[in-house]
Amino acid sequence: MDKVLQMNNIMKIYPNGVVAVEDVTFELEKGEIHALLGENGAGKSTLMKILFGIEYPEQGQIILNGVETKMKSSQDAIKKGIGMVHQHFMLVPSLTVAENIVLGVEPKNNAFIDMQKAIEISKNLSDKYNFDIDVTLRVQELPVGIKQKVEILKALYRGADILILDEPTAVLTPQETEELFVQLNKLKADGHTIIFISHKLDEIKAICDRATVMRNGKSKGTYNVDDISTSEMSRLMVGRDVVLTFDKKPLNLKQTVLKVRNLSVAGSTGIKRVDDISFDLKEGEILGIAGVEGNGQSHLIDALTGLTKKFIGEINIFDEDVKKHSIKEIRELGLAHIPEDRMTLGCAKNMNILDNMFSNQYDRPEFSGKFMLKTKKIEQRANELIKEYLVKCKSFKQNVGMLSGGNIQKVVVAREFSTNPKIIIANQPTRGIDVGAASFIRQRIIEYRDAGCAIILISADLNEVFELSDRLAVMYKGKFSGVFNDVKNLTEEELGKYMLGIKKDDRLEGIMYEQ
Amino acid sequence: MNSNTKFNILRTALSIGIALLISFVIIFLTSKEPVTAIVQLLTGPLQSARRFGNVIEAMIPLIFTGVGVSIMFSANQINLAGEGSFHIGGLVATFLALKLSLPQGISPIVLILAAGLVGSLVTAVPAILKIKTNSNVLVSSLMMNYLVLYFCNYILSYFIKDPTAGSVVSYAVPETAQLMKIIGGTRIHIGLILAFAVAFFGYVFLYKTKIGYELRITGENEEFAKYSGINVMKITLISSLLGGFLIGAGGGVELLGMYTRFSWTSLLGYGWDAIIITTLAKKNPLYVPLAAFFLAYLRTGASIMSRSTDVVTEIVTITQGLIILFIVAEQFLSKFRHNMIAKEAKATLTSEKEVK
Amino acid sequence: MILNALLSPEFLNATLRATTPILFATIASSIASKSGITNMALEGMMLFAALFGVIFSSAFNSAWLGLLMTMVIGGFIGFILAFFVLKLKTDEILAAIAINLIASGATVFILLIVSGDRGVSSSIQSIALPRITLPVIENIPYLGAVISNQNILTYLGLITVFIAHIFLYKTPLGLRIRAVGENKDAAESVGISSKKIQYIALIISGVLASMGGFFLSGGYMTYFTKDMSAGRGFIALAASSMGGNTPVGGFLVSLLFGAAQALANILQMGSTLPYEIIQMLPYITTLVGLGIYSYRLMKKNQKLNEK
Repeated sequence: MDKVLQMNNIMKIYPNGVVAVEDVTFELEKGEIHALLGENGAGKSTLMKILFGIEYPEQGQIILNGVETKMKSSQDAIKKGIGMVHQHFMLVPSLTVAENIVLGVEPKNNAFIDMQKAIEISKNLSDKYNFDIDVTLRVQELPVGIKQKVEILKALYRGADILILDEPTAVLTPQETEELFVQLNKLKADGHTIIFISHKLDEIKAICDRATVMRNGKSKGTYNVDDISTSEMSRLMVGRDVVLTFDKKPLNLKQTVLKVRNLSVAGSTGIKRVDDISFDLKEGEILGIAGVEGNGQSHLIDALTGLTKKFIGEINIFDEDVKKHSIKEIRELGLAHIPEDRMTLGCAKNMNILDNMFSNQYDRPEFSGKFMLKTKKIEQRANELIKEYLVKCKSFKQNVGMLSGGNIQKVVVAREFSTNPKIIIANQPTRGIDVGAASFIRQRIIEYRDAGCAIILISADLNEVFELSDRLAVMYKGKFSGVFNDVKNLTEEELGKYMLGIKKDDRLEGIMYEQ
Repeated sequence: MNSNTKFNILRTALSIGIALLISFVIIFLTSKEPVTAIVQLLTGPLQSARRFGNVIEAMIPLIFTGVGVSIMFSANQINLAGEGSFHIGGLVATFLALKLSLPQGISPIVLILAAGLVGSLVTAVPAILKIKTNSNVLVSSLMMNYLVLYFCNYILSYFIKDPTAGSVVSYAVPETAQLMKIIGGTRIHIGLILAFAVAFFGYVFLYKTKIGYELRITGENEEFAKYSGINVMKITLISSLLGGFLIGAGGGVELLGMYTRFSWTSLLGYGWDAIIITTLAKKNPLYVPLAAFFLAYLRTGASIMSRSTDVVTEIVTITQGLIILFIVAEQFLSKFRHNMIAKEAKATLTSEKEVK
Repeated sequence: MILNALLSPEFLNATLRATTPILFATIASSIASKSGITNMALEGMMLFAALFGVIFSSAFNSAWLGLLMTMVIGGFIGFILAFFVLKLKTDEILAAIAINLIASGATVFILLIVSGDRGVSSSIQSIALPRITLPVIENIPYLGAVISNQNILTYLGLITVFIAHIFLYKTPLGLRIRAVGENKDAAESVGISSKKIQYIALIISGVLASMGGFFLSGGYMTYFTKDMSAGRGFIALAASSMGGNTPVGGFLVSLLFGAAQALANILQMGSTLPYEIIQMLPYITTLVGLGIYSYRLMKKNQKLNEK
């Protein structure tokens, strides 16, 4: 078989020193569907960004159709026959399908767009691959599945031989997924080569010829899909390279503080992101929630913390119905929340450390009267917190945006933990921060658990979920696929199977909550 | 003081310096007596107590509007209806002064409060439209200004116009309603003290009260505010109401302090001035009097210059425009800023190592 | 009596006349808005154009050459705005406010330097563009009186509505402008430089605004006076916004402003109805219209999101 693409010994180091891709070699054969799988942060996206000319490698070569080449920009990559379908669609909603397809390379009739021709081209292209799209409709009126097809047509119109699909099925219904597969096979038969980024093993088994597995920026090898079992794939994909340990007091469960019953949350596209989940959370425990990102964790958190009210089912905190309360009231019930994205939700980067530390507690009697803030007390407390949480800064007057990621996260954690919360929801509390800060934050989480706080920990870091959790639930496609009371005896391999949907446990109810 | 503050002060000073320099070059190129013109511009206001008094008088309305706009802009409400609030504030003060007979001492207080209240309604309309219908605040607030202008013209022409006067003006406001002059030989009135009080109050409100804190957080990052449990809609409304109140009260103060009759038949531009002030003062009410002094000084100097030389006052309008352009251009001096921050980051890193 | 006045051809003729400067600026605003930038500097652009129109027409002894030069300067101001917003990352509203301020001062200043006039260009022999009568149409009763005998720029304005519509919806550049304004990333992903497109849109916007400004001093009036744009740039911003930032929609809304102004002018001369109230009408209508328009847009987007 012809090798259409070879990426040899690719290395990418980001300016902050993170090695995103380390000595990875990746090859494509003509006319194959090649899966690229790995957890979030494994380096798949970076590798593809390098191929598509968005990032530049520090080392390594790209050989396209036998010729060494450099991808200077995505424009350049498109010219060289590479097309990418992004997870977030790059479409202009108010334009028609045909207009979106030809945008940038419009067929012309004198000075005008030859709309007739644009429609014709789009229609022919759509018919050729049985896409069955009315190309005169506006994109905003189309369902997600069709929007994705428009994206694929866009790439084909620009002459893409190699098509990169970034988690294409994440937004699709099962029927739409099936349809997509039929069309991908048609494209393959037509001589196109497809890179299929995913972590859904059944889908990879169903449609891909070969698979390259990535973990922690390194390649774990390329395999013929027929020759490798799904459990083998999951073993390669999920795992820890170093094992960390933390000291914890023995589990001392007290009363139930959070009750979730039959919770379903809809995503923006109308698909159920959380599907009929029930569980209890007790004082003194850390409930870890593992899972590949995008399986409903964020939506679960949004519902628990009051950020969205678009859910059905019940969420009770101390027997109070969350749906009936504002975010402020939910916080007053004793809930603290470390958000997934500290820069958009977790802080105001142009405000100083002090301002960022009291946004959830300025109206407590110790910090304010009826109208006025007690500035002296607040400043004093800010200094205490900076000391306690080892925030490295000049003073509390420094803007948060000037701090390092780890120190910003410490400010967030200090703010959330300093209210004496009863329930802590920690969503990716140590993502993207230095080892020292991460270990410090984990230590604090354990301290709060030992002191009787109820904690939900969502993390993509296996070390973290393994070592901190008293119970561990795995989310897969909006449901719990497994719940483990005995985390110590759970292996990474086993966990991986649940995360990737190879295994499912139906005996959850008894473990998760009392009827 | 951290490098950010230092940089801001430096940039503001440099922007003013460069804008003045450009203006001087223009004067040199166009005037027959450039040196006299520039000397008059820069030192004219200091040449007599009356002239310096003019500077201080002109500061008063600028402080009111500057603080009002600072409060709205701090909540990221780009509401330009301050122009209308100020205008209607003047009208309301006049109208009530003519229609009600209140005892001396109490009268100005009631009139100014009423001016503020009506002023707050003007800025509240765009905010309410935004909350209820998601309309663009910028556009609706601009429309409010003209709506208010013609409404005021209507009231002036049909209800309070003095037919014996030569032009379209109201009857004279009774003396009991006028603001007391506080410094002999000038027209400086008690409004000055009010203005300083407003600047101080604005500062305390934004930086020392709970609502002010909520307001600043909302202005900096609305998502963060919501996540923290702050009622963003309430803040939008409060910032617009309070901003409009101060600006409207400013209109009332200006009318009762500097005029005897209501004679405003076109928009005066105080709303735009307030944006210059807010930009110079970096949205901090405490710096507003300083910025207002600077602007008032520049304008008084310009008018003295234009009376004694061949250079027109409009040269300082150009200067003001240039100052804004330089101050708000993010990338202006950005290389310099980058170096400053890098230096600080390095310093922090070294001190971190020492801690370890 | 008012109804009679409203239906009279003189009134409709005056409406078209009063609409013309607003119309140019409205189209200027829609093209900038479609590219994703609010052009609040229209006011200053018009003011500059009103002055340079007088100066250049007189200097070249030709109104057409004057218009051409004015358009070049309008485009240049559009470029300056784009440079500050796109290159120096200046807030677009504050940059526009600065340009408006500079315009307000510089026009008076330049006028003084050029002619020695303070505030009114009385000593400049200005040449305005002619009014023309349309053959055939002129003889149609009623319609002739409405449409014919307008300034040539009024006709140009009406044609510009049409051209701008074709430009935005039928040409590659128009498609790209709309794409950039609505989803920058999407446009960038197919290799369109959003900055380049926005530069172009703002330059076009400046050229169009300057045509409206030129009309003020070379058609509507025949001389320049200080601050003579009198808020028309802001009105245009609102008209364009309420018209959904489309040239045709903007045209219809700007007619509303033109009509109110014409009506106020008529009523000013001896009427029982206060003309100030008439002057308020378009602003109230715009506020209400803007509210309804935005509300429907919001609901529509919510619906689409739920899909």
